Amino acid sequence: MSNPLLKVSDLRLRYPGTGFRTASPEVLRGVSIEITPGETLGVVGESGSGKTTLGRAVLGLARPTGGTIKFDGRDITHMNPRERRPLARDIQVIFQDPYTSLNPSLQIADILTEPLIAQGTSSQAARNSVRQLLDSVGLPANAAQRYPKEFSGGQRQRIAIARAVALKPRLIVCDEPVSALDLTTQSRVLDLLIDLQRQTGVAYLFITHDLSVVRHISHRVTVMYQGELVETGQTPEVTTNPQHEYTRSLLLASPTADPDRQAERRAARRLLRLANS
Amino acid sequence: MTVPERQATLDANHVEERRKGSFARMLRNPLGLGALVLLTAVVMLGLLEPVLSAHDPNFSSLTAVNTPPFSPDYLLGADQYGRDIWSRSLVAINVSVISGLLGAGVAVSIGTVFGLISGYVAKRTDAALSWLFNLVMTFPALILVMILYPITGGDYKIMMGVFGIFISAGIFRLVRNLVLGVRNELYVDAARVAGLSNVRILSRHVLYAVRGPIIIASAFLAVASIGIQAGLAFLGLGSSQLPSFGLMAGAAFLNIYQHPIQMLWPSLFLAVMTGALVMLANAYRDSLAAPNAVPKKPRTHTVVPPIEETGATDSAASIDGNQDQARSKGNLLTVRNLRVEYPQADGTYRSVVKGVSLDVNLGEVVGVVGESGSGKTQTAFSILGLLPRQARVSADLLEIAGEPISAQDDRTLRRMRGSALAYIPQEPMSNLDPSFTVGSQLIEPLTAGMSKKEARATILALLARVGIPDPLRTFKSYPHQISGGMAQRVLIAGAVSSRPKLLIADEPTTALDVTVQAEILDLLRDLQGEFGMGVLLVTHNFGVVADLCNRVVVMKDGEMVESGDVRSIFHAPSKEYTQQLIAAILDENTTRSDPPAAAPSALNKEHAR
Repeated sequence: MSNPLLKVSDLRLRYPGTGFRTASPEVLRGVSIEITPGETLGVVGESGSGKTTLGRAVLGLARPTGGTIKFDGRDITHMNPRERRPLARDIQVIFQDPYTSLNPSLQIADILTEPLIAQGTSSQAARNSVRQLLDSVGLPANAAQRYPKEFSGGQRQRIAIARAVALKPRLIVCDEPVSALDLTTQSRVLDLLIDLQRQTGVAYLFITHDLSVVRHISHRVTVMYQGELVETGQTPEVTTNPQHEYTRSLLLASPTADPDRQAERRAARRLLRLANS
Repeated sequence: MTVPERQATLDANHVEERRKGSFARMLRNPLGLGALVLLTAVVMLGLLEPVLSAHDPNFSSLTAVNTPPFSPDYLLGADQYGRDIWSRSLVAINVSVISGLLGAGVAVSIGTVFGLISGYVAKRTDAALSWLFNLVMTFPALILVMILYPITGGDYKIMMGVFGIFISAGIFRLVRNLVLGVRNELYVDAARVAGLSNVRILSRHVLYAVRGPIIIASAFLAVASIGIQAGLAFLGLGSSQLPSFGLMAGAAFLNIYQHPIQMLWPSLFLAVMTGALVMLANAYRDSLAAPNAVPKKPRTHTVVPPIEETGATDSAASIDGNQDQARSKGNLLTVRNLRVEYPQADGTYRSVVKGVSLDVNLGEVVGVVGESGSGKTQTAFSILGLLPRQARVSADLLEIAGEPISAQDDRTLRRMRGSALAYIPQEPMSNLDPSFTVGSQLIEPLTAGMSKKEARATILALLARVGIPDPLRTFKSYPHQISGGMAQRVLIAGAVSSRPKLLIADEPTTALDVTVQAEILDLLRDLQGEFGMGVLLVTHNFGVVADLCNRVVVMKDGEMVESGDVRSIFHAPSKEYTQQLIAAILDENTTRSDPPAAAPSALNKEHAR
């Protein structure tokens, strides 16, 4: 168990500049994380902090300019698409936007069987597994013959989760998977993700800007700010007793659903801001 | 999400029966069906040429010279060489069909393949291919086909192939631009992560998404090819032994003063074929563009006034006793029994807001909470008068600042929107016009009441007030030059610039980061206190409600579930639905405590496969 499943060391990434010899700012500035099997690591940060880019680099959708990404001891930093293809069995993704992450012109059955068929499962066997996949995410079997637009946001996210777990991966990169969902849907989808983790032992790299979501699902949390990790630790410690100032301000900024406690938090935030200025 | 979009997603769940392919939808359009039938009929005539033709198309009979149409044996008559026009037309149909297929086929295959590659791979490949096709585009296709005549030897099939190559640049650019729009869709990324090969992603995800415009464009290219082939033959380029409409028109042209009717037949066939193709393409485009369009209502329905006052105030006001008290103090917003309905495809109406009553008092912040589809935004928009035209709005009473609003006079509402009423949207960026500077957009509503200079000074002061560090720079910026948080500050400045009494905010912080959200909430609270505004805040975030609101209205499925003081709603919700909503809030004090799940052993994993 001590061997990390995913080990990212000193990862740096700079998107190619648009003009001739224009230097673009570094999006990731030496990020190192480790995830053990069956664990959830929450990555928190505001937009532009580089948390999504980190996920995309692990998925091979963004090209790092420095550092290494090791999966199960194998260096996957600079794999070409052909070498990378078999890796789909181990690393999968759930995106934020349930409206654009499913091809609107494909039936749900086709969406779910696609990764299986791409990895060499026979099309008949893939078809047969659709019902069980839908069942595992709490959708009725008759969903298979329908199109994404017939489902609500929460249901679509369940379909995206079913697609991600179809190959029984060992790591799923979750990029803000519940941010676009309603409150009640949000907690149900999070519970589903936790259940799946307990059943299959999959690890999550869970990217979000919402601290309450992170508390709910993560074993460990890392806080990202301007392309760097400012604080990493066990969830209870980071979210109740943050050491870094940025984490503290992030905690105080997220409103709590209680008028009286929120008033206290607001006052504390004012104090912190005054102390800084 | 704007109202029409939200409406579209709502509708999507109700229109299962409309889940038909675009082709099937096209056939239900009389224009499309008619064009298809006509085209098929003409093509069938050509295919049945060996059966239907009465004479050899090139056989000249001296006795038949200039036979009028509808003579025995010569259905369409004979030309000045005594050749049967009917038989020649049948062969010419085949020539035209092959020309159209060849020209469009070559253009579409070349253009689509390279367009897909260029758009998907991008970078240098794209630059090189775009340059090449731009070069091809500069060549005048028709003239080149004529110049190449000695090489092609006048075979119309080769000429059409060459023509197809030269017009493929148009398809290339169309496909490339479409692909550029699709390649960054998340489902393409998901396919990549799933390990699909590029060829498979292109054919299954990208090509499928862009197929509609390609089909339409190829119909137009077929029309162009048929026309060009006829034109070349009319000019005499090509075999004189192969009957084609161009050749027939050329022959009839020489004879036009004596027997003008001979000109009619080739023209008629050409017109029917090209016309049917264009109609078919148009019908297909319509079926792609509006898969869920609600059929246009008869005019009589739309004159239903957006807001009717029936004056039955007393019956509805009994919903909440203390609201009536508040009303007598002259409160800012009074809504009684508000209903919003949308027309359905089958002619019935579907209610999205079913009798909502609420009040906002002076200096009070009222939150409207609910999940998506609960009708909270529809409620806010109907008060603002911003719902789409087809929406049917009615209320027993709707008063803003003591003035009854009814849509019989749009003017009251417009005046209200300029003074008493202001609005802060969810998506700050899409509510700023990208083609004007921030400043000019903010000044515009003020110049009605003051000079431009005063308005500018007012706005600059307000921009400073809403916490923008360099007001003058922001004033002169275009919307794309400022961040989302700044844009929301700008819109708040614009909203309070008219010193409104009532501010309606629709999810004002949903699109923002938590840190920015906290600042915007602070700003709203400060401004609300400073100007003594009443605020109607629509949100799904209970944290925002707890932060800002005095009173809360909980909505579900267009109905009001519960309303009351913010503390009583949070601490002692009386309705079950509210309890469920509160329970769904992720608890701040408990964190995940179970250890990482044990990973199944490698053996198990293999077994599971």
